[in-house]
Amino acid sequence: MRRGAYRLAEEIKQIERDAGDAPLLEIRGVCKSFPGVKALENVDFTLKRGEIHSLMGENGAGKSTLIKILTGAYRRDTGQITIEGRRIDPHSPLEAQAIGISAVFQEVNLIPDLSIAENIYLGREPMAFGRIDWKRVHRGAEAAMRRLDLDIDVGQSVRSCSIAVQQLTAIARALDVDARVLVLDEPTSSLAAHEVEKLFAVMRKLRGEGFGIVFISHFLDQIYEISDRLTVLRNGKLVGVHAASDLPRLELISLMLGREISEVEETSAGETRKEEIKPFLKARGLSGGVVKKMDFEVRPGEVLGFAGLLGAGRTETAQMLFGIDRAASGTVEMDEEQVRTASPRRAIEKGIGFCPEDRRNAGIIPNLSVRENIVAALQARRGWLRRLSIKKQREISAEYIKMLSIATTDAEKPVAHLSGGNQQKVILARWLALQPRLLILDEPTRGIDVGAKAEIEKRIKELCGGGMSIIFISSELEEVVRDSHRVVVMREGSKIGELAGGDISLSSIIKLIAEKEV
Amino acid sequence: MISKKHIPLAATLAVFALLYAAASVSFEGFFSVRVFTNLLNDNAFLGLAAIGMTFVILSGGIDLSVGAMIGFTSIFIATMIQRYHVNPIVAIVAALAIGSLLGASMGCLIAWFKLPPFLATLAGMFFARGMGLIISMESIPIKSGFFKAIETFGYNFYPVTTIVFLAVVLIALYVAHFTKFGRGVYAVGGSEDSAMLMGLPVSRIKIMVYTLSGFCSALAGIVYTIYTTSGNATAGTTLEMDAIAAVVIGGTLLTGGVGYVAGTVVGILILGTIQTMITFEGTLSSWWTRIAIGGLLLLFIFLQRFIQTRAQGATRK
Amino acid sequence: MMARIKSSKLIWPLLALIVLLALNGFFTPGFFHIEIKSGRFYGHIIDIMNQAAPVMLLSLGMTLVIATGGVDLSVGAVMAISGAVMALLTGKSGVFMPAGLLLTLILCVIAGTWNGLLVSAFDIQPIVATLILMVAGRGIAQLLTQGQILTFHDSSFAFIGSGSFAGLPFSVTVVLVWLAVTAVLSRATAIGMFVESIGDNTKASRYAGISVNTVKLFVYAFSGLCAGMAGLLVASGVNAADSNNAGLYYELDAILAVIVGGTAMSGGRFSLIGSMIGALIIQTLTTSIRAQNVPVEFALVVKAIVALAVFLLQSDAFNKMFAGRKAGV
Repeated sequence: MRRGAYRLAEEIKQIERDAGDAPLLEIRGVCKSFPGVKALENVDFTLKRGEIHSLMGENGAGKSTLIKILTGAYRRDTGQITIEGRRIDPHSPLEAQAIGISAVFQEVNLIPDLSIAENIYLGREPMAFGRIDWKRVHRGAEAAMRRLDLDIDVGQSVRSCSIAVQQLTAIARALDVDARVLVLDEPTSSLAAHEVEKLFAVMRKLRGEGFGIVFISHFLDQIYEISDRLTVLRNGKLVGVHAASDLPRLELISLMLGREISEVEETSAGETRKEEIKPFLKARGLSGGVVKKMDFEVRPGEVLGFAGLLGAGRTETAQMLFGIDRAASGTVEMDEEQVRTASPRRAIEKGIGFCPEDRRNAGIIPNLSVRENIVAALQARRGWLRRLSIKKQREISAEYIKMLSIATTDAEKPVAHLSGGNQQKVILARWLALQPRLLILDEPTRGIDVGAKAEIEKRIKELCGGGMSIIFISSELEEVVRDSHRVVVMREGSKIGELAGGDISLSSIIKLIAEKEV
Repeated sequence: MISKKHIPLAATLAVFALLYAAASVSFEGFFSVRVFTNLLNDNAFLGLAAIGMTFVILSGGIDLSVGAMIGFTSIFIATMIQRYHVNPIVAIVAALAIGSLLGASMGCLIAWFKLPPFLATLAGMFFARGMGLIISMESIPIKSGFFKAIETFGYNFYPVTTIVFLAVVLIALYVAHFTKFGRGVYAVGGSEDSAMLMGLPVSRIKIMVYTLSGFCSALAGIVYTIYTTSGNATAGTTLEMDAIAAVVIGGTLLTGGVGYVAGTVVGILILGTIQTMITFEGTLSSWWTRIAIGGLLLLFIFLQRFIQTRAQGATRK
Repeated sequence: MMARIKSSKLIWPLLALIVLLALNGFFTPGFFHIEIKSGRFYGHIIDIMNQAAPVMLLSLGMTLVIATGGVDLSVGAVMAISGAVMALLTGKSGVFMPAGLLLTLILCVIAGTWNGLLVSAFDIQPIVATLILMVAGRGIAQLLTQGQILTFHDSSFAFIGSGSFAGLPFSVTVVLVWLAVTAVLSRATAIGMFVESIGDNTKASRYAGISVNTVKLFVYAFSGLCAGMAGLLVASGVNAADSNNAGLYYELDAILAVIVGGTAMSGGRFSLIGSMIGALIIQTLTTSIRAQNVPVEFALVVKAIVALAVFLLQSDAFNKMFAGRKAGV
């Protein structure tokens, strides 16, 4: 109830603010559903001229769906979008660009082997005497880059430039095709500090010129540095619109993670007794990619939660442990012995299993049957020669279909025909069939319905009772709090704290994440 | 310091220089205008097909139908002229139109129905070869005044086939570097998704690329017919492989997006030099050409692989 | 059970073969006629089986390669090498025939392994990787035979290609035995499942602990072996090794056979029987066209049209367009 009142007050404030200044871009009541998931429910968003507006939310909050609708990659189900009071309905990124909405993504959409100048003018090259006027292309590109205070050789290939210059090239192209709304989706995640400053300087300059900028980043410091206003989404719904200066960091995080700090605390049911058991796996100084010097231990029969915001390095840490990514430095010890997990295969030999976050691309083998998906890892560990008989395979799959109550008419059905929740259970079954010592679950409850979520959580608890250890990664912080015996809290690639037993609570985790570096 | 993307082209030039130098030192009379002229004349039809192939590979595709197209065009023209007494110029124009049309059809299958280029042009190859053989299995010598005139012109001044090849090279250079279409081909091969997002007409570019390749291979077929003054339905068997090899040896990445028409010309010269060296040597036989081409292919594919991995490593940082 | 029948794509190629045979029976008098001369069957049907044998052998290996999402363009060249090596070993140097066979086949496995190494360890696209051996391989074969057709006669070797067993050409026995071996190798071990899994989702397979590279290496080596056998069969049928023409364009027939047989070019589920039917369809087409007094070359055009039809049917975009139109009406 409190939140409703709060939101209403916000909206009134909003209306007052807007009164003098018609918004540049206005989104009203937009909904979008995908089979089985409501990605956006009645979301509003306004962007004023000369404003940098950050879109906040965790994985699955609906940020990217909103951006894709805005830039024409998806069609909305209902709702309306207006730009300068004119209703628009972009069917493709191209149409959106023509209307004046351009997006620059983290993975820059440029042609890497063509020059900066060419990338700015591709498809719109000035012609003279039936040939491309390369002089004008170069002069124009130089001018476009200088507008962003960048004085560089526009003849060099985009591939040879830093990501920052690539981003700026994409922005220069967008401006050159007359963008009024610029969407910058995680532009800073691969930039060094001084490059971020450079980008921000450009953004401020454009704000001064009256452009509207939608900014997305998982770096809270950057959000506060650059944004005028914040719109927070959670689970496809609008949670609030705030002026950046009015919203303390702690409150922002609780909005994103879905709990207000003063609400009743939910604490972990974990037993502290586990502390006495000796850990069987120790990671020391694990570094690589965004991850810096991770230390953690896993004890038999415990759930170790990894908590943190998007981009904190949780998945990356798990992938290093499972041998998908190679660690640049650091060691992993199992049973007092140093192990090298150079590939998933080796990790599996050591008794580690991994349910990946990206179920569709890295988890299921879509056209193979439920049975084959379940026995895949077990068969892989046995090798090609010692094939499990069909009878044995059927027994195993039947056992797990029953145990995890996987809803399928038939174990021979291609797994692609199952719902997301059931596919997740199939992958869970694949690992359970191996009876690993440690199972890493990366967002196991993402994109599946509430009932299946509860079931998977229940299963996690049962498994630990049986002595298996679990590393549990979830953006649903409540789940982490509910299910973990210990929680490693991460921020921007580093471990910033560890909580155990009764100390685990939403507010303690949020406080850790929100704490400024000392 | 040469930039990374020029390494394959530089390597191509180096290979050619080395080969040519080695040949000139080993064989008396190799280093002469005549040998060089013949090098171009003997490989003009292969070169034409390879120019078309360059655009296809730059766009990220492949065209297996070029060899069969040469055979079809060759027998088509010969039959038209000898059996139906069609004006040679009409026959040539018709052949070019058919080649372009077949290329365009394959392009449509690839662009609209998302058939892998490999499969679509494989079907095209069967089709063209089959049609050629249906027209006539036997080779047909051409006794037309027009062709005689071309031949005499070649004797007196400069071989027509070479002139055609060089003209097409110039046009191709212009198309590749000075037209929107040409840059679009590079963009589509570099990143199709980005090209789409940047508003390029990706489907149209693809269709045009295969049309262009069809046109070039028909032209290659015409040049072959002039070169041999006869029509032969089995002409150009496995020539597509040589054309691909010339393109790759010329420094064009098989993944698309990087490469030069000029590189392909050097690639053709390398293949021609190897062939001429083998002829000069006398004791060596023609199969060494294939083995040498295979070896060069391997070398250049590894070179490309190496550059790519390093480039990826660089951007990932 | 329903799922099994539904998922079985065998019904379409089988139907196509039956229709094709029926049409032949209708248009060509005596098409199904089989004679027995000196304990041996003769007739159109027997010819089709005999002539389809090399492509059938090739398509067994090709099926596994395509199922992993790859392709092997070099099989035709490997066939030429295989014939040439055998002609040199047994024909020219008088090596004991079984030893010659064995050595030849080992060499072909090495050739296949080379492809596999390029694809797996060096991560080169299959089309490109196998193109190298396709180009160089024929040259090597020509080098071995000095560009000539090497004729040789070894009665026990000649039996493979022109002998008969149980009244049928011995090549049919070779194909059946090799089909059985391939089926056992892929289905009685876990290889078949690994292959399908890799073709369906390479990343997920790797995460499940399947050694993707080893499996790829194996399928290309196996394809090399199949190509070697096909090459021997062809050489033995004519008692000669013709490096210039042996196996020319066979890679394309083999690919076509696999795709017509219901294995998708993108990889995943495969059917060995399907590929066998595919090879028979292609051969029947060729044979029936020949029987109609139409130039044999017409077969190429028909092949092209059949190939296109099958490719289009497999294409998502085409199906979507078709489904969309159906829904729209």
